[in-house]
Amino acid sequence: MRLLLLPAVVVLAVFAAALAALFRWSVLEFVPGSLQTGGLTLGNFRAVLAPHYLGAIRDTVVLSALTTVLTLAGAYPVAYVLARTPSRRVRSALLVLTLAPFFTGAIVRTYAWVLVLGNTVIDWPVPLLFTERGVLVGLVHFSMPTMILVLAAALSHIDPVYERAAASLGASPARVFRRVTLPLSMPGVVSGGLIVFAWTLSAFPTPELLGGGRVKMIANVVKDLGLDSFNWPGAAAFAMLALALTLALLTVAGRLARARPS
Amino acid sequence: MLRAAVVALLGFMTLPTVVVIAVSFNPTAILSFPPAGLSLRWYENVLTYPQFQRAALNSLLVTGGAVALALPAGALAALALERGRLRGQSLWAAVLLSPVVVPGVAAGLGFLILAAGLGLLRSRAVLVAAHVALVLPFVVRSVWVSARNLDPALELAAASLGASPWRVFRRVTLPLLRPGLFAGFLFAVVVSLNEFVVSLFISNRVTEILPVAMFTYVVNYTDPTIAALSALFILATFVVVWLADRYLDLGRVFLRH
Repeated sequence: MRLLLLPAVVVLAVFAAALAALFRWSVLEFVPGSLQTGGLTLGNFRAVLAPHYLGAIRDTVVLSALTTVLTLAGAYPVAYVLARTPSRRVRSALLVLTLAPFFTGAIVRTYAWVLVLGNTVIDWPVPLLFTERGVLVGLVHFSMPTMILVLAAALSHIDPVYERAAASLGASPARVFRRVTLPLSMPGVVSGGLIVFAWTLSAFPTPELLGGGRVKMIANVVKDLGLDSFNWPGAAAFAMLALALTLALLTVAGRLARARPS
Repeated sequence: MLRAAVVALLGFMTLPTVVVIAVSFNPTAILSFPPAGLSLRWYENVLTYPQFQRAALNSLLVTGGAVALALPAGALAALALERGRLRGQSLWAAVLLSPVVVPGVAAGLGFLILAAGLGLLRSRAVLVAAHVALVLPFVVRSVWVSARNLDPALELAAASLGASPWRVFRRVTLPLLRPGLFAGFLFAVVVSLNEFVVSLFISNRVTEILPVAMFTYVVNYTDPTIAALSALFILATFVVVWLADRYLDLGRVFLRH
């Protein structure tokens, strides 16, 4: 039986080798103008904290937090209907419409927002394309399917009997939501929030195309350093930062999901 | 109010799709909305642009290779997870599903550095190796669900009636795993065809796959060619998601554990 794991282990070993190469280069000294490296150093990580890059890190965290909150607010009603509707037709329609962007690739989705946010189709009162506002819109759209799925899964675990009991005792629909549904769905809200926050921290195509070079998130800095400046050690340090942040947050999300009372 | 919120959100989710399809029929290179007429010239441009033809072929090769390797590897691993009585089963599961949580730029830069060290930068093999790892979790997950629902009594029955282990696998186990294998195949194809970030790091003009070629085009040109190509992608995706929902009941796949 263990032998059955062998092909998958080979695949994962190659993946692990790539991550190991990333880690090794993140502690090698960058020699400008060449792909040769110097000795071992922690300088790349110190450079990450330079004021120029600190701005990108701050923007990344702020955009990720805003994305999480807006996605939660938008996804909740859809997830609620998805979990509660008795009609297979409504459920299918909602799933296909919300999941389709999940399956169309990042470039198609992001390019579509370039068209929408540019002033060719709709005349926006404030500039959106190539601004942080525009990037935020794209990030929210990008995260929505994931959030809807996580919330719908959490909501479908809640027995509607509790809501009916509260309503029959005279609670208004708003009160039922605030005192019964929302608290019971909190594990889903927290794990969905953490997953979306972690994903957004390493978002790349959305800020790259909708930011037009004027909005930089961590992943854009990795690409600029790695592919444009050929500073692989510096790029590797930034990529390690993204990796560490994402893994830490997803580990917490996983712990919370498992700790949820069933 | 609930209905209004849901409708508003669905509007937000579908707005870009509607705009992209409308723009793809725009008769001129300068975008206008609503379009001044209808034209298929951008669709013609998509099909005749040599770089897209080359990239489409690369996409076919890379996705074909990656799925052909990931499907058996992932399916066997899923069987081992379910049946193997492995020590540390949950740890194995976490490791097998881990490529999904690694940020694209980290994996991409890692593969770039690794490939450069091995002198493989000009090879599609690096793209295939990366794609196999990236789609593996989707195969493992899908097949694992099917394997969990497979009653071992059916295999025991076949064996007790004299079937050899290989015959039991081929005639009982494999057919019963078919829904999981189909779902895993579908996910793997869709994820690999759309993979962009990792591929951007490890491809060049000769080896690049469609999403990377589209990105380069968007950065350099502003005409609606990409809108036409996007419309084709969206059409294909809707067909796939609709088929998946019809035959797999997506609600069951995603909402119940």
